[in-house]
Amino acid sequence: MSADALDRQIAIPKESLLETARRLASEGFDNLHCITAVDKNESIELIYILYSINKHACVTLKTQLALDDLAIESLANIWKSADWLEREVYDLFGVKFLNHPNLKRILNPDDWDVHPLRKDFSRPDLIKKPKY
Amino acid sequence: MTWSSVETIKENIHTEEFWVNMGPQHPSTHGVLYLEVKLSGETVVDLITHIGYLHRGIEKIAENRTYTQFIPFTDRLDYIAAMGNNLGYVLAVEKLMKMEVSDRAKYIRVIIAELQRVASHLVGITTFAQDLGAFATPLFYGFREREKIVELFDDICGNRLTYNYMRIGGLQFDLPKGADEKIKNIIKYMRPKIDDLESLFSSNAIFTARTKGVGALSKEKAVNYSVTGPNLRASGVKWDLRRDEPYLCYDKFDFDIPTGVNGDSWDRYKVRIEEMRQSLRIVEQAIGGLPEGDPTIKVGRIIKPEAGESYMRTEAPRGELGFYIVSDGSAYPYRMKIRSPSFSNLAVLSELAKGIKVADVVCVLGSLDIVMGDIDR
Amino acid sequence: MVSILTFIIMIAVGAAVLGFIAVSAMFLIWWERKVSAHIQTRYGPMRVGWHGVLQSVADVIKLLLKENIVPEDVDKPIWWLAPFFAVVPSVMVFVCIPFGNLFGIDLIARDLNIGILYIMALTSISVLGIFMAGWGSNNKYSLLGGMRSAAQIVSYEVPMIISMVTAVMFAGTLSMQKIVEAQRGMWFIFQPNMAVAFLIFVISATAEINRTPFDIPEAESELVAGFHTEYSGMKFAMFFLGEYTNLFIVSALAATLFLGGWQGPFLPPVLWFLIKTYGIITVLMWVRWTFPRVRVDQLMGFAWKVLTPIAFANLAVAGWILLK
Repeated sequence: MSADALDRQIAIPKESLLETARRLASEGFDNLHCITAVDKNESIELIYILYSINKHACVTLKTQLALDDLAIESLANIWKSADWLEREVYDLFGVKFLNHPNLKRILNPDDWDVHPLRKDFSRPDLIKKPKY
Repeated sequence: MTWSSVETIKENIHTEEFWVNMGPQHPSTHGVLYLEVKLSGETVVDLITHIGYLHRGIEKIAENRTYTQFIPFTDRLDYIAAMGNNLGYVLAVEKLMKMEVSDRAKYIRVIIAELQRVASHLVGITTFAQDLGAFATPLFYGFREREKIVELFDDICGNRLTYNYMRIGGLQFDLPKGADEKIKNIIKYMRPKIDDLESLFSSNAIFTARTKGVGALSKEKAVNYSVTGPNLRASGVKWDLRRDEPYLCYDKFDFDIPTGVNGDSWDRYKVRIEEMRQSLRIVEQAIGGLPEGDPTIKVGRIIKPEAGESYMRTEAPRGELGFYIVSDGSAYPYRMKIRSPSFSNLAVLSELAKGIKVADVVCVLGSLDIVMGDIDR
Repeated sequence: MVSILTFIIMIAVGAAVLGFIAVSAMFLIWWERKVSAHIQTRYGPMRVGWHGVLQSVADVIKLLLKENIVPEDVDKPIWWLAPFFAVVPSVMVFVCIPFGNLFGIDLIARDLNIGILYIMALTSISVLGIFMAGWGSNNKYSLLGGMRSAAQIVSYEVPMIISMVTAVMFAGTLSMQKIVEAQRGMWFIFQPNMAVAFLIFVISATAEINRTPFDIPEAESELVAGFHTEYSGMKFAMFFLGEYTNLFIVSALAATLFLGGWQGPFLPPVLWFLIKTYGIITVLMWVRWTFPRVRVDQLMGFAWKVLTPIAFANLAVAGWILLK
C-alpha cells in the first residue's frame, strides 16, 4: 500500500489543533512524523504529518497562522517527537509554541533575533537568483 | 571513630553534582555535537543536547537553487550515505512532477541505494565499536570493506563521497561496462566479511557486556519519539518503508526485515548487521533481473513543476528521510523541508541517557548512529 | 676509597638503568605502533629510518622542543610534581629486577632480600602521580580520570599481590634473584595453580598500568585523554615514559615470577629475560588493539567479585599443596 500523507489533508483552525491532535492520538496515530511550516507571505502555514504504524494510515494537518499572531499550542505533551520539531519551526519561522517544555532555538545561535526561513529574511550577501 | 558514625561521616562529606561538557570538539561525538552532561559521580543525572554547529541553512539554499542545482546539496546532508539522500530528493521531485522513470533506472537506483546502505552500516557499526574503546581496529576493517563499494561508486559516477549521481527523471550515467560483474564480486566478497565482522563483535565478551541492556528503548517510546530506521526496528517494530510503502521497485524483491527485541544497543548493532545481509540479497536479485533500457535523464536542466506540494519519504540507511517540497510553478522550490532521520533519532538520547553511566552515553550515542550533517542541515 | 668506588658503581648502574629505560620505552613505542599497524592492516611508521625505527627518536626530539604550556588555574605544585610521581617509582623498581648475568656478573642493581615487597610498595605509588595529575589539572575530565584511576589501581592491587604471594610461597623467598633460582628445574607456570596465578597476575597488571581493556582512566571516547588532558610537551612525555616503563616492569615481573626469569637453554640469560619480557609485552599489545573497553562498574565488579575470590582460593590451594 502506497499511502501519501498529503492525499489526506485536514485543514483546521489553530484553536482546535490540540483537540484534533488528542483525538487522532487516541485513534491510533502514534507517530508525529514531521512538523514544518511554509511562509505564504500573508500567513504561515503549519504542516503536521502523522502516521499510524499499526494501522498503516497517515494524515496531514494544516493550519494557518496570521503573521501578527504566531502562536499555537504545542503538541510535545502528546508526541515527544514534537519537542525538537517544534523547536526547529520556532527557530526558523518564529512560531511560538505555547506550553512547550523547552522552547529555545535549536539550530541557530540563541542570541539571534531573526528567523531565516521567512520570506522577508534578507541579507546583503544572499545570492540573487537568475530568472529562468 | 566507631562504625556507628558512618552515617554522620556521610552527612559531613560534601558531594555535589557537576556539569561536564562533551563537545563540540570531543573524540566521540561524531562531528560537532555538544552534550551537556550532569554527573553524580559516574552516573548521568541529566543530559542536554545542543545541535546546530554544522547548520548550513540548506533548506534556505534550496529556495535559491533550481531543482537540478540542489542535488549536490543533498550529498552534504548525510555524507556517509550520500546516495540515499540523492535518491530521496529526486523521488520527491519526481512525485511532485508525477514523472515515471525507466525500469532500468529504478533497478540501478535500488542497487546503488542498497550498496550504500551496506557501506553506511559498515561505518556505523565500526565507529560504534570505536566508541566502546576498541582502538580503531574494527574501524580499519570496516573501512577496508567499504572501500570496495566506494570504488564501485567511483567507477559509476566519478566520486567517492559526494556522488551527485541521481537525476530528476533518471540517472546521470548508465552503469559502466563490467559494472554488473563488479557488483557480483562485491556481493561475493562482502558476505564472508560481514560474518567476520559479526564474529569479531558478537563473540567478544566485553562487547556483549558493554552493549546488552544498555540504552533500551521501548517500542512505544521509539514510535512516540518518531525514531526510525534500524533504531526503530531494534525496538521490535517491524516497520520498513521498503516493504510498507514500497517505492521504486522494492515490491519485486524478496527480503526480510530484521527486528530486535529489547531495543538496546546490542539489538541496534544486530539489526544493522542483519540489514547488510538483506541488502546484499536485494542487490543480488536486482542485478540478476536488471532490465535493458536507457536510465539517463529525459528532462531539461530547468524544471518548472506545476504549483503544488509533495512529500516523499524513503528508507535511508539511518531511517526515514522525508523531503517536503512546495512548488509555486517557478524554476525554484518555494519551500523545501528535509525531515532527516538522525534529527529525530538523536532527540531520544537525553531520554535514554538518564541514570546510566557516562561511558554508556557514548555507547548509546554510537549505537544510534547519527551523522551531524544530517541533523543540522 | 671503598666508598668512592661504590659511589662510582652506583652512578654507573644508575646511568645504565636510566639509559635502558629510555631506550626500552622508545623501542616499545615504536614496537606498539608497528604491532597495532599490522593488526589494523596498515604499515605504521615507515619513513624515519628502516621501517620507521627512528620514529621514536624524532618524537622525543619533537616533545623536547615543545613549548612548556601551563594552563591557568592549575594547582601548580601538584600539577608540576605529578609527572615525576608517575615516573620515579617505576624507575626505582628497576633496582631489583634480575636481568640475568653477563660474564659472571649478576645484572641486578641490588638483590634486596625483600625485593618483591619493595616492588609492590613502589608500584602502588604511581597511582599518586595519576591522581595528582587529575586533581591538579583543574579539569573535569582529568578529575574523573584520576578518580577512576585511583579506584581501579587500588582494587586491582589486591588480586595482583595475592597472585605474587603465590609465587613467593612456592619459592620460599622474597628475593627476586632467589625466586628465579627456585625455578631452575621447572618454571612455575607449568604447575596448574601457578598458571591460574599467572593469568590473574597478567589481567590485574593490565589494569594496574591502565591499558585496554582496562584503560578507563584515559578512556578517550568519554574522557578525551583522562588525567593527562592538560599536559603537553615533556611533561606529557614523562607520563608516556612512565606508562611504558610500567608496561616493561609488569612484564618483567611476570617473566621473573612465573616464566623462570632469565633461565633457559642455549641462549645467554639476558637474552632469555628480554625475549620473555618482550613476548609478554607483545601479548599485552595484541590484547590492547583487539578488545573494546569495559565500563567502570564492570571493571570494579570484575576485580572484587571475580579476580579477588579466585586469587584467594588459588592461594589456599597453593598452601594446601605445599603442606601436603
